[in-house]
Amino acid sequence: MSATTRELSWKIGGEQGEGIDSCGDILATVACRMGYHVYGYKWFSSRIKGGHTHYKVRLADRPVRSATGDLHVLVALDQDTIRIEAHELVPGGLIVADAQFSPKLPEGRDDLRLVEVGFTQIAKAAGGILYRNMAALGATAALLNLPLAAFEDYVAKKFGRKGEAVVAQNRQALTEAHAAALSALGGPSPLHLPPADGRGRLLLTGNEALAIGAAAAGCRVFAGYPITPASSVMETLVDLLPKVGGVVVQAEDEIASITMVAGAAYAGARAMTATSGPGLSLMQEGLGLASTAELPLVLVDCQRSGPSTGMPTKNEQSDILALVYGGHGEAPRIVLCPATHEQAFSDAVAAFNLADRFQCPVIIASDLALAEWKATVDPDDIDLDAVRVDRGALVSQDELDALGPGGFHRYEVTTTGVSPRSVPGMAHGQYLATGTEHNRFGKVSEDPTNRVNMMTKRLRKLGAVDFPGASVEGDPTGTLALVAFGSTYGAVREAAEALNARGIGTRHVHVRRVAPFPTAELEHALAGAERVLVIEHNATGQLRALLQQAGVADGRLSSLLKFDGTLLTPDEVVATATLGAAAETAPQEAIR
Amino acid sequence: MATLADFKTDEKAWWCAGCGDFGVLAALQRAFVNLDMQPQNVALVAGIGCSGKIGNYINSYNLHVVHGRTLPTAMGVKLANRDLNVIAVGGDGDGFAIGMGHFNHAVRRNVDMTYIVMDNHIYGLTKGQNSPTSDRGAKVKSTPWGSIERPVRPLSLAITGGATFVAQGFSSWQPQLVKLIEQAIAHRGFSFLNVISPCVTFNKLNTYDWYKQNLRNLDDDPAYVADDRARAFDLLTRTDEMVTGVLLRDDSLPAYDELVPGFQDVPIAHQAPPSRAEVEAMLARFR
Repeated sequence: MSATTRELSWKIGGEQGEGIDSCGDILATVACRMGYHVYGYKWFSSRIKGGHTHYKVRLADRPVRSATGDLHVLVALDQDTIRIEAHELVPGGLIVADAQFSPKLPEGRDDLRLVEVGFTQIAKAAGGILYRNMAALGATAALLNLPLAAFEDYVAKKFGRKGEAVVAQNRQALTEAHAAALSALGGPSPLHLPPADGRGRLLLTGNEALAIGAAAAGCRVFAGYPITPASSVMETLVDLLPKVGGVVVQAEDEIASITMVAGAAYAGARAMTATSGPGLSLMQEGLGLASTAELPLVLVDCQRSGPSTGMPTKNEQSDILALVYGGHGEAPRIVLCPATHEQAFSDAVAAFNLADRFQCPVIIASDLALAEWKATVDPDDIDLDAVRVDRGALVSQDELDALGPGGFHRYEVTTTGVSPRSVPGMAHGQYLATGTEHNRFGKVSEDPTNRVNMMTKRLRKLGAVDFPGASVEGDPTGTLALVAFGSTYGAVREAAEALNARGIGTRHVHVRRVAPFPTAELEHALAGAERVLVIEHNATGQLRALLQQAGVADGRLSSLLKFDGTLLTPDEVVATATLGAAAETAPQEAIR
Repeated sequence: MATLADFKTDEKAWWCAGCGDFGVLAALQRAFVNLDMQPQNVALVAGIGCSGKIGNYINSYNLHVVHGRTLPTAMGVKLANRDLNVIAVGGDGDGFAIGMGHFNHAVRRNVDMTYIVMDNHIYGLTKGQNSPTSDRGAKVKSTPWGSIERPVRPLSLAITGGATFVAQGFSSWQPQLVKLIEQAIAHRGFSFLNVISPCVTFNKLNTYDWYKQNLRNLDDDPAYVADDRARAFDLLTRTDEMVTGVLLRDDSLPAYDELVPGFQDVPIAHQAPPSRAEVEAMLARFR
C-alpha cells in the first residue's frame, strides 16, 4: 500500500445497536473539523438491535460524494465483520479488531495486517463497555495517522457539559487504545493522508440541508408521518421552525400530512411534507387536489427500495415515473432532482418559489443516499445571497377593493395560465378552491368549453418553468455520455473523470428536473454523443423511459441499472462504460 | 356589520327539494351574521358528497377537498392563519367512513375550529348505499338484506376521545341549530356539531317525521347540564344518540395553538421569511 494517498477509506462493523453509528459520526466530524472532505454512509436494517451493520467513511483532500469499493482500515467489533467486509480491503489493508473475540484473518488474505487491540478491556478499565467506541476511535486515529488531539478536542467539546470525569474517561479510552494500536503495529501506521486544509466546513445529510433550505425559503408549516428515509426532514425542522414562528405536525398518516399542507398553502403559508414510497402512494390524491385547485405546496420524496415495503433502508430511484405521472387524471406538477447536499438546500428554496409562481405542487425527488448520508459542504457553496422569496402572482387588497364584491376571478384564464390568487383574510377575494372542475370563480362547472379551457390553462403554466433541466460536466464533446440523476452524481462524476483521464471522451449529464421534462436541453446536451449510458438505481430504466418518450438520443441509449440496495461506485460505472457495445448483450442481470 | 346577503352566492343549490342540507346552509349563514363575522375571515373546508357542495353557496373562502380529508385540511388552514374562523363541513360518509381515521385525531388535538357533519344516515350522491351511521337492518342498495353492521356513534366517540365541545342539531329545528352553530364557533378549541339532515330521496327509513318522533330536545330538559363527560356518555348511550342540544362543553383544556412551542400571535401566513443571520445560525449547528 502506498504511503500517502489522496484518500483513505475506513469502515467499522459490528452488531446493530452497538454504537456503530456514533463511532462513524465522530470520525466524520473530527475529520471534517480538521479540514478533510468526508463522505459517510451506512448499511443498516429495519431493526433496532442485532444483525450486522457497518458505517464507512471516505476521507480525502478533495470533495468526495460517492461510495467506494476500496477500503484501507477495517475496525471489527466481531469476527462476522471480518468475514463479511474483509474482501473490500485493498492489498496490505489493516484490520483493527477487539482482542476480546480472538480475531482471525480471513483465509487467503495473508496480505492484510491484523492489529489486535483490547477495546473491551480498555473500555472497562476506563469506566464501562460504553467506552468501547472511544477505544475504537483511538485505534482509528493511530491507523489513519490522524492526530489524537483532534479526537481529544472533540471529546472535550462534546462531553464537557457532562463533567470532567466523563471527559477524562473518554480520553482515557482514546489514548490507551491509541497507544495499544501503535504498539501492536510496532510503529507508526503506513497510511497517510495529505495535510488537511483546515477550512471549516459543514458536515450534514441531504435531509438536513434540505430542511434548512426550506426554512430559509420561509416554510412555516410542515406536516409529516415518520418513514425511513424521510423522517430526518421532520426531525430537523422540529428544531428549526419553532424558533422562527413555524409549526411541525406529526400527522396521523400521509394523507393527513399532504392535505394539512394543502390547507396551509391555501391559507397563504409556505408548507411542505416529506415522505418515501409508501407515503407517496397515499399522497397521490392530495397531489391531484393541489394541481387542480392550484395550491402551491412542496412534497419531498426520499426514494427507497420498493414497491410496497421493499427494502426500507436501502437506496433506490424507482419512484420517478410515479412522481411524474402518479395518481389519476392528468395533474401538472414540477419535479426537481437534487444531486448534491448543496442542491438539496438550493432546490428547497427553488421549490417554494416555483410552487408559488406556478401555483402547483412541486416535488423534490431525493433518494436515500442523498437524504441520509453525510458529506462535507463548503459554506461558500451554500449561497445565502441567492436565497430569494418569490410569492408569485398575488392580487393586492387595493386591486380587490377596486374590483368590489364578486369582481375577482380567481381562476381567470390567462395567456401564461397563471392567475393571480388571493389568500383568506383579503376582503372581496373570497373564492372556492376545489378538486372538482370549476369555472373562473372556482364554482363547479361541467361545461365542455370550460373544461378544455381549464385543463389547458393548468397544463400551459408549466411551459414557462425555468429551472435548469440538466448540468453538463466532463468533456462536453465526448462521444460517450453518462446520464444520471440524484445521489449517483458523485460516482458518475468520478467515473467521468477517470474515463476522460484514460482518453475516453466522456460527458456527464446530470438530469436536474424530470417534470416538465427538459427535452430541448437534453437534446442539446447529448448532441454528438455516440453512446448514451443512462445510469439509475432501478430495475426498469425509468429515466431511460422518459428519454425515449421524449425522443431524446433515440437509438443511442443503453442502461446501467442497479437495484440490489447497495450504492453505485465509480468503478462500476467505469466497468460498464468500458464494456462498450458489449454491455447491451452482456449477461449481467443489472445491465439492460 | 355583514348581512345574510353578504354570505350568499348566486349559485342555485344542486340539492334535492326538501333536502336537510338547505336547513344547515341557512342556519350557518344566520349564525355568521349573528356572530358578526366577515366573509373574508371565514374559511370553510368541505368534504365530498352532497353536503360538500355547500361551499358553492356560501360567500366565504372555501376549500373543497379530497373525500374524507376535511379535518386535516382545516387544521392546515388554521395553523397557517390563526385569525380565520375555520369550519369543516361534510357528510356522515365523508367523516365517519373514509375520514374516520382523522376524526379522533382532530378531537384529541383540540385545534380551534368547528366541525359540522350533515348526517343523513345514507350515501346520497352515489345514490343510496349504506352509511356508517345507517341503522342496523337498514335495507338500501348495498345492503338489500339489511345492514349487518352496527352504526358508528359519532357523539359518543367524540366524548370518549376527549372532545371539548360536542353537540347535535336537527336541520328542521332552525332556532336551536343556529344557536348550536354559534356556540360551536365561539368555543375555543375543537367543536363537533353533528346535524341530522334528512335525505328525502334515498332514506325512506330515517325521515323528517321519524326524527321528530324519536329525537329528544335537551332544551326541554333544564336539568341536563353539559359539563360532565360521564353524564354525557350515559345520556347518549341511553338515548341511542337521539338527542339534540349541547352534550358537553369543557373550557378547561387549552386549544392546540396555545400549546405549540414558539407559536406567534402574527398568523404564519403573514410572517416574513427568516433573516440571513437566522439561516446562518441554522447552518452553524452543523460545523
